[in-house]
Formats: sequence, C-alpha cells, structure tokens
Amino acid sequence: MTTRVFEKWYREDRLPHIFCTGCGNGTVMNCAIKAVDMMQWEIDDTVFISGIGCSSRAPGYISTDSLHTTHGRALAFATGVKMANPDLNVVVFTGDGDLSAIGGNHFIHACRRNIDMTVICMNNMIYGMTGGQGSPCTPVGKISTTTPYGATEPVFDLADLAVAAGASHVARWTSYHTKELTKAIETGLATEGLSFIEAMVQCPTAYGRRNKLRQVTDQVEWMRTHAILLQKARRMEQEGKPIPEEHFTVGEFIHRQRPAMGVRR
Amino acid sequence: MSKIEFMQGNRACCEGALAAGCNFFGGYPITPSTEVAELMALKLPKAGGTFIQMEDEIASMGAIIGASWTGARSMTATSGPGFSLMMENIGYAVMTETPCVIVNIQRGGPSTGQPTMSAQGDMMQCRFGSHGDMATIAVVPSTVQEMYELTAKAFNLADRFRVPTFVMSDETIGHMRERIIIPDKVDIVPRKPLQEGKLPFEADENGVPGFAKFGSGHRVHVTGLTHDERGYPDTTDPDVHAKLVKRLYNKVESKRHEIADYDAVNTDAETVFVTYGPGARTVRQVLHDHPNEEIGHLNLRIVWPFPEDTLKLFPNAKTFIVPELNLGQMVREVARHTTGEKVVSMPKIGGYIHTPDELYAAVEAEK
Ligand SMILES: Cc1ncc(C[n+]2csc(CCOP(=O)(O)OP(=O)(O)O)c2C)c(N)n1
Ligand code: SF4
Repeated sequence: MTTRVFEKWYREDRLPHIFCTGCGNGTVMNCAIKAVDMMQWEIDDTVFISGIGCSSRAPGYISTDSLHTTHGRALAFATGVKMANPDLNVVVFTGDGDLSAIGGNHFIHACRRNIDMTVICMNNMIYGMTGGQGSPCTPVGKISTTTPYGATEPVFDLADLAVAAGASHVARWTSYHTKELTKAIETGLATEGLSFIEAMVQCPTAYGRRNKLRQVTDQVEWMRTHAILLQKARRMEQEGKPIPEEHFTVGEFIHRQRPAMGVRR
Repeated sequence: MSKIEFMQGNRACCEGALAAGCNFFGGYPITPSTEVAELMALKLPKAGGTFIQMEDEIASMGAIIGASWTGARSMTATSGPGFSLMMENIGYAVMTETPCVIVNIQRGGPSTGQPTMSAQGDMMQCRFGSHGDMATIAVVPSTVQEMYELTAKAFNLADRFRVPTFVMSDETIGHMRERIIIPDKVDIVPRKPLQEGKLPFEADENGVPGFAKFGSGHRVHVTGLTHDERGYPDTTDPDVHAKLVKRLYNKVESKRHEIADYDAVNTDAETVFVTYGPGARTVRQVLHDHPNEEIGHLNLRIVWPFPEDTLKLFPNAKTFIVPELNLGQMVREVARHTTGEKVVSMPKIGGYIHTPDELYAAVEAEK
C-alpha cells in the first residue's frame, strides 16, 4: 500500500531530491502525501504551492500542478489560485523563515481570510537553504551564522499566531510524531478554511551541527523529549507549574468553524 | 450597437478589461489608481469574476499570477510605490511565462512623491525594474478611448506572448473625463493551450509554449528557478539558462515590429515630435494651431518593445523632439536608434503636462 501511494504522488524523474541525508523535510512530505491520499483527492485537482527554502522545494517532487514561487509569498500566490478556482485543492509547503519573516504579513492575512487551504510549515528553527542564518524561530541562545553569540530575539509561536489571526484548524507536531502529524494534516485537509500545521523538523546540516545535535537522531530525540502535549501544558499552567526551558507544546491548538473564503461551491 | 459615454480614464481601464474577459483582480489601493480597484470591486462579482483586495502590492502581484495559472485573465492596478513593490513577482511572471496585466497609473516620484500629480517616471522600471535580463510589453494610452482599447489589447498581448503586460498610463489620462465610444465587443485572442505530446515549457515556432492550465491534467511544475522544458529546475548549466532567458527575451523582442502600435502624422516633416501618453495631446493641439507648418508627430501606443523602425517613417526628419513627464527616459531609446538626426529632450516634472506654447517654442528653435 505504502509504495503505491508514493508511486502515485511522487515525480520519479525528479529524484534524487536536494534534501540532506537525515533532513526532516522528507518525513513531513511523506506524512502530507499519505494524508492527501487518504482524502482520496485526485492528482489533477490538487495543487501544491511553496515559497523559497529547502522546505519549499517539496512541491517540485510531487506529481501534481505546482507553483514554486518567490521567497515568503507562497500564500499570496495560493490565494490567487484558490480564489480563482475553488475547485482545486490547495496545499502550501513553507519554511519558518519563508512563512514568518519575509512572509509574515501574508501569513496573518491568509489566516484572517481563512482561505480554504492547508499550510504546512516545516519549522527547522533556522534558514537552511542559505546556510544556517537565524530565523524568527531560532530559540534564544542557539547558534546560527548570524547569531554567532547565541540568538537574543524572542521567537514567534507560529501556531499561536495562526490561532490569533483566525485559522480554522491549527496543530503542531514533529517529524518524530509521524502518526499524529499525518492525522493532523488529514484533519486540516478536511477542514473548511485555513488549516495551519506546524511540523518541527530536524536540520542536521544548518541547525544540528552548530547546536550540539550533530547526529540526526540527536535532534529527533531532542524533539521527542522536549515536546509537551498541549493538554499537559495547560494542566501545568493551571497548577502554576512553569513549562521547563527549551520545551515546546504539541497537539491540536484549535479546530473550529469560522467563515471561510475560497470554498468549493 | 456601440455606446457613446462620457467617462473617466480609470473607469475606461476597467471597462476595457471587463470587455476583454478579465475575471480576476487582485490589488491594493493607491492614488491615482484607486478608481480601477473600486470599479472592479463593484463590477467583477456581478460579472462572475473575483475581486480581492490583498494585503499589499507584493501579494496582489502574487495573487494575479496564481489566478492566471488557473486560466483566469488577471489584472492588478497600482501606482509608483506599489509598482516598485511588485518588481520581484513581475520577474517571476516573466520567468514562468505567466500572462497578466499590470496597470500603472503613474504619479510623481521617487518615493511617495506627488500622489495626485501626473508623471511618466516609471517607464524604465517597467522595462528594467526586475532583476535579470527580460523583455516586457507596455502600452501607453493618450486618451480615455485608448485607455479602453489598449487595456483590452494588453490582455491579448499578455496571453499571446505569455508575458506580463503593462498599461503605463498616468494621472492625467487616468483622472480625465472624455467622450468615449464603447464598441459592442472587443477582439479576444485567448492563450493557446498546451498541445498533446508537448512539454509545458517547450516553445512553438513563435517561441511561446502552450499553456498548461492548472487542473487540466498536465501536472506542470512552475518555478522561478532556471528550468528545462519540463519545468524542472536546472540552475547550474550555463546552456540551459542562456537558452531559456534568450528565448524569453526574443519571443517578445523579435516581434517588436509586429507588436508596434502608433500614429505617424506629417511624415514629410523635418521636425518631428515623438510622444507616448499625454504628450500626444499637446502635440495634436500644436498641429491644430499651426496647420500650415509641417510638424511631424509619431505617437507610440506601445513603447516596449521599442519599435525603432517607426522613426524611419520620417525620411526627411532633421530633429526628433521628445516631450515626456520625466527627466528624459524614452528619449534615450529614440537617440539610440537615430542615424544622425538631432534628438531634443523636453523633460518636464512637477505634475503638469507640457503646454502647446512650450512645444511650439521648441519647433521654432529648430527653424
Ligand atoms: C527576496 C529574497 N530574499 C532572500 C532570499 C534568500 N533565501 C533563500 S531561502 C532563504 C531562507 C529560507 O529559510 P526557511 O524558510 O526557514 O526554509 P528552510 O530553507 O530552512 O527550509 C532565504 C533568506 C530570497 N530567495 N529571496
Ligand atoms: S539544510 Fe537542513 S533543512 Fe535544508 S535540506 Fe539540509 S537538513 Fe534539510
């Protein structure tokens, strides 16, 4: 079954892909493709769209119509596609820099409009493609080529941002939590309005190497041990217990019905 | 039955676009182009199209490109500062051969400059504003009637050549009201679909590939990266890049004389005005006021690609005078293509167009 899914959705003639060995992006792509296939979407009715970055190369490997656009602007292009033809299923792959730095304005407005599409952000906490500069998601104290003394700026919580801006469905998982991630994407695909799925991924090349997570497994293990289930975090909050440093929440942040745009008529 | 109306230039722009089948508008308000967006917001939904006010001009340009790939005839309208913001995505449209129409109702610049005054300061930006080598098409109306006709034509040119096409108007024409004859219908030349057995970026004999509309089963990958005929990135092979970029350039530039659209009046004259946009109006007044003098007039309705052969329509020309609402932009193109004739630049900035007296004085100076 699994191979058939991949044969169907991937462009074999585009291989090998450009992702580094051990990169988490491939895992997220696989989860997304599984979810899309579970929806029984037709290849010819589905469009994958991205901006620029390692993560944004994903649509190029998928055998559907796809737009690999300009840095940060994927959601603007996707808005045009979806609004001009709501019969198309639209999925956006993006990176943390692509989405929240250069593309921050498009991100909040796509959530506000609640356009019927699914946005999957591969958050590797760094700029991968340009060689490891800091991103709005690089944790405080972590090393990048532009934060050689440790990042000092507070980070964006992308999931919280999406909730606040109005997305219908918001979840965060990691490339360790493949089952949960696939399920969250599938729920997103099935939800009317904008679904935002943040997938924390390992980037051994640009992030791990500089932050004592040199082995691929080190960063995956770090994600496993530092991810706190949202329900647990909320309980801890009620009990007045602080979330330990460097930990982050995973789970479904919101699932709601809100007026949406670009919905199939 | 055609209709006669008294209409604002910006409205004529919308009416021309709608007549040409424009069914997607994405934009962001900016003076003096706002009426275009406002009227599209009013009319498109009723005509079965889509209007969306985007969060900025970068997004507007992205949205019309996305819409175009679904097969829509898409358009945006802006002015100087917004036009500058669009540049990266305009380059993307060139590289990905995305038909779309960008209306620039020019105002005084640089920067926010003079929002409510006229200018033609963006003529080079629409040709060279985005990075890399590229060719684009730009139409320039000098009347409200032409605003209607040329906007409609811009859609056909965009689809035929698969290139972003600019309506480089200005505050004068955008905000003036004039008599206009609205025809029953305008010519619509749709883009050619991708043929069976052809690759999505494999050009036909005219250098233009067939269009693989999203949702039609072609499974096309569209990228702003240098790509092969399949659309797959191939960014380090010098030949692939040179072949692609030269084709994108030549498909427009090699057809410059076919694309050309102009009036040539008094072709025996020794002194010839070369105009585009509102300058044509003043020259027409000068010709009207001095009927016994042989004053030549070449008015270009399409400035890019520059139709240099049109200068040869004036075999006796000794002087070409180029009045324009900038410090001298298109005059360089005129000078580049003249063979010994004197070229006089008549720049004017500040917001007002040339007066007949100013232009006639320039003719007298050449006597
Ligand atoms: C306008 C613009 N600015 C900068 C760049 C250079 N650039 C390419 S990818 C990238 C960062 C990508 O980081 P992210 O979105 O986090 O994706 P990743 O590569 O980590 O997956 C940058 C800055 C660009 N392509 N365009
Ligand atoms: S640099 Fe990082 S994100 Fe990019 S492909 Fe390599 S491991 Fe993946």
